[in-house]
Amino acid sequence: MSYLEFLEEFGARYLDGSLITLIQAVCSSILAIAIAATMGLMRLSHLWGVRAIATCYVEFFRGTSLLVQLYWIYYVLPLFGVPLDNFTAGILGVGMNLGAYGAELVRGGIQSVPRGQYEAAIALNMSPIGRMRRVIMPQAILNMLPPWGTLLIELLKGTALVSLISVADLMFEAKQINGSTYLSAQAFGTALVIYYIMARLIITPLMRWSETLLSRRMGRA
Amino acid sequence: MTVAIDKDAAAAPAPTAGQPMVRFEKVTKRYGNLVVLDQLDLDVAPNEIVSIIGPSGSGKTTVLRMLMTLEEINDGVIYVDGEPLTHMQRGGKLMRADQRHLRRLRANIGMVFQHFNLFPHMTALGNCIEAPVHVLGMPKAEAVQRAEELLEMVGLKDKMHQHPSRLSGGQQQRVAIARALAMRPKVLLFDEVTSALDPEVIGEVLNVIRDLATQHSLTMLMVTHQMGFAKEISHRVCFFYEGKIAEQGPPGELFGNPQNERTRQFLSAVLDAG
Repeated sequence: MSYLEFLEEFGARYLDGSLITLIQAVCSSILAIAIAATMGLMRLSHLWGVRAIATCYVEFFRGTSLLVQLYWIYYVLPLFGVPLDNFTAGILGVGMNLGAYGAELVRGGIQSVPRGQYEAAIALNMSPIGRMRRVIMPQAILNMLPPWGTLLIELLKGTALVSLISVADLMFEAKQINGSTYLSAQAFGTALVIYYIMARLIITPLMRWSETLLSRRMGRA
Repeated sequence: MTVAIDKDAAAAPAPTAGQPMVRFEKVTKRYGNLVVLDQLDLDVAPNEIVSIIGPSGSGKTTVLRMLMTLEEINDGVIYVDGEPLTHMQRGGKLMRADQRHLRRLRANIGMVFQHFNLFPHMTALGNCIEAPVHVLGMPKAEAVQRAEELLEMVGLKDKMHQHPSRLSGGQQQRVAIARALAMRPKVLLFDEVTSALDPEVIGEVLNVIRDLATQHSLTMLMVTHQMGFAKEISHRVCFFYEGKIAEQGPPGELFGNPQNERTRQFLSAVLDAG
């Protein structure tokens, strides 16, 4: 079977899988960003308790394996009366895990804004929320965009693990095709190429575009 | 209180007698064991222009930073326009100020920084309307009009749509002055505002401050290394040494006939170097 014939036969399934992978990646990215923003800000709170909660969250989700977390969410939570379908469990697991890494990027990004910016905002009598929203965040976001690009690529690749809780994503399809044809090189090689294309042709340009856009608003570009 | 006005500063509005605009009462600031300010007493009258000079590490900048609430004080009370800044009256007792109290009193004070601290993601105009619109709730059109007037006053109306990264240091500092004035403070603090500037642009910033001093009723506290400028525009000069005011008086007297040995040493050192 030539590779062209292989693609003709299984192309549609790769497309279906890729679509599921994309949906998983987009949904868990949104979740990860929301968690990262919340936990990153909580890590900087002056209230000890708030800081402690965020620190525990980050330590737990960064310190334990994503795969184990996925199994927990999918297989163990139902035992406590929280049944989740595998699709939702996948988004939750990947989003919560990468959100913990993102929280550290948010914290670092905020801390990278020079102290003088806070002081100028105080001198202009801005409220604590106003300082964060109008002065610190716009600068912090620009500083943290490059590491976020890396993290989102990491997240996309991390979604491959949801195949292990039977989400029919790209990796899941590749395994199925391998199982029925034993054409491992083609089956997994195609998946590799598709992951690469998604990272290189979707995430990287998107991040670069955001960076240019924000730099221009800073009058730098 | 009144302060004798030096001849050189005759053009500036005279300080008003009565309740001081700013009062430091036995204010102490420590960093660990290091005492930066030691039981400082200082009164500044409305419309008075006070320059603070002294060697580095003498606590000059700390005075301004405490007044702007950028540093907490360890002991004593600061009053602004008769009200305690860092404390508030609650049920007859003096307690630590909350955010609301701080923001109400902070509205009286503006500050210009050594390193300008303009917001890099906003244009010169954006910097000047940000707080009037979002803090004072001024309609945008009105804020823009006022910002344009202020930028014109500092000679930068043609640069108002530029971001700080496109402006020289002197221009950035003039925008920063306009930005502080846009909030209509009663007290304006200048923290070594020319120290980060190239020598050839110091003059343009000093000119703006000179205009402010002579044409506006504004209480000004200025930490500076520009002795000639301090002499020219101040009503009073305070020489700080090791966390205390070692000597103070009208500029003519302090520069012309310093009484304190430390003042003499400091002045001869900086005037030789200058």
